[in-house]
This record gives sequence, structure tokens and C-alpha cells, in this order.
Amino acid sequence: MRFKTLLLTAIFVLPVHADDDYIQPIADQTTKDECSACHLAFPASMLPKASWQKIMNNLDNHFGEDASLDAQTTQHITDYLVAEAGDTGFWSSKFLRGLDSQSPPIRITETKYWIREHRGISDAKWKSERVGSKANCAACHRGAERGYYEDD
Amino acid sequence: MKSLIWIGITTALLASTVKAESIDSILSHYAESAQTETSSFGGFDAGRGKALYFKEFTGGKKDTPSCTSCHTKNPAQSGETRAGKSIDPMALSVNAKRYQSLKKTEKWFRRNCKSVLGRECTAVEKGDFLTFMKNS
Repeated sequence: MRFKTLLLTAIFVLPVHADDDYIQPIADQTTKDECSACHLAFPASMLPKASWQKIMNNLDNHFGEDASLDAQTTQHITDYLVAEAGDTGFWSSKFLRGLDSQSPPIRITETKYWIREHRGISDAKWKSERVGSKANCAACHRGAERGYYEDD
Repeated sequence: MKSLIWIGITTALLASTVKAESIDSILSHYAESAQTETSSFGGFDAGRGKALYFKEFTGGKKDTPSCTSCHTKNPAQSGETRAGKSIDPMALSVNAKRYQSLKKTEKWFRRNCKSVLGRECTAVEKGDFLTFMKNS
């Protein structure tokens, strides 16, 4: 009886974790601290390994700013992002659909999935004072820091 | 027993004075470097720091020509990164949490001087800048 209850509970509880709007946030403290000093610590599953390697190899010219770190911290963050990247698990992340694995993007906003999810958002809204940058996820996705990307 | 407690307290106090960093200890560090940098070094100047803060540079990255690009024209106000994240105020008077680690201070000078000026800042520039923040 107890087993049956457990099983039933599991069936109802599990889909919450498989929620389409939830994306596992960065769990490593150093990675979180360093990345989120300037922007939301974008989840590792949003890009493939090769993208994170490209980004981490070029921190002194990081989207128009010098974001360089000491060698040890850089290595630590690279290792974490690569281990948690979108093409690590058995199932690839939805952000990787249709990506050219030979030349992966370094911008999440260039993935086909991101573009599709954000179609129909006007230029005026992107440029509005509240948003201002496509990297400013939390302007509309209030729960982004906790991994929830439901619409505003 | 009593003396043991006193030894403990004294050791703890000594340890904390040795370890704690503040804007003043960071400024003394830069003053030492400034003396080796320029033999005519005559102390830091908040006015020069202010001028540095407001100056528009052309040698750095094009999106960040000045400190004010992200930190606003008032260092006592919150700033905003280009990615829309809030930056705590720089002025010591409104943000006592800043300037407690030389390592952290150095990290941000290195990155931001390269982004804004296109080169690392000198010890004199760093000291002037911090003196301006201390008085802001």
C-alpha cells in the first residue's frame, strides 16, 4: 500500500521537474559568483561544450569587455561549464536543436531554440529601459535566477 | 584559566588586525607602488581621481568609453552593467562593503581599466580613484 502511494506521488511530482520552463541554474558557487557579477549566470545547458570553451578562452574580450580571471578560476569555471553543457547528458538540451556542431555560437541568443521562443518580441521592447539588452533575461523572466523562465 | 582567555582574545585581535583589509590599507599598498613608479610622487589626489572617473577615453572597448558608462555620473548611485545587472554604488559613504580586499580591487581595476582605458591603470591612477571614492 505504502509503495503504491509512493508510486502515485512520484507520478504527480516528477512532471514538475520536467517542466518546460525550468532550466537548472548554475550550482557551482565560484561560477555563479563570477558570472553573475555582470549578468545572469546563464545555465550551462544553454550552450554546447565547444561554445563554453570558446567563451572561456577569450575572457579578455568578453562581448566587448575585459572579463579575464586568474588561470585557476578560469580553469575551474571552464571545467564546470563543460561538465554541465547542453551536449553532456544522454538527451541533448533543447537549446542545441539544429546547431552547427562544427561552429557553435557563443551567444545563446543565436541558438534556434532561443530565437523561436522570442519571436514576436518587438525591437522597441528589447530597447526599452526595462530590458535594454537581450542578455537581461530577468527583466521579463522574473524567476530566471532560480531557473524558471516562464513568461512575464 | 583567566590568563588563557586573555591570551586567546589577544591572539584573535592580533590576527584580525593583520588580516583585515580596508580602503586605507589598499591605499597604502598603492602609495608604496606609486613611489617606485614615480620618484616625484607627492600623494594621491581626489580631484585627479574625479577627473579620471569622468574622462572619456578612446583607447578601450567602444561600449565602455568611461567609468560613468556603467557606474553613472554619480558614484553614490547604483550603476548598471551592459547586460542589465545592477551595480552597487562605488562611493564608500553609501557602500561600506566595498574595498575590503586588495585582490578583488586589483581584479576589477585590471579588467575595467583595460575595458575603459585600453591598458592597465598605474598605481597613481588607482590611488587617486580610490581617494575620490573615499571622499564621495
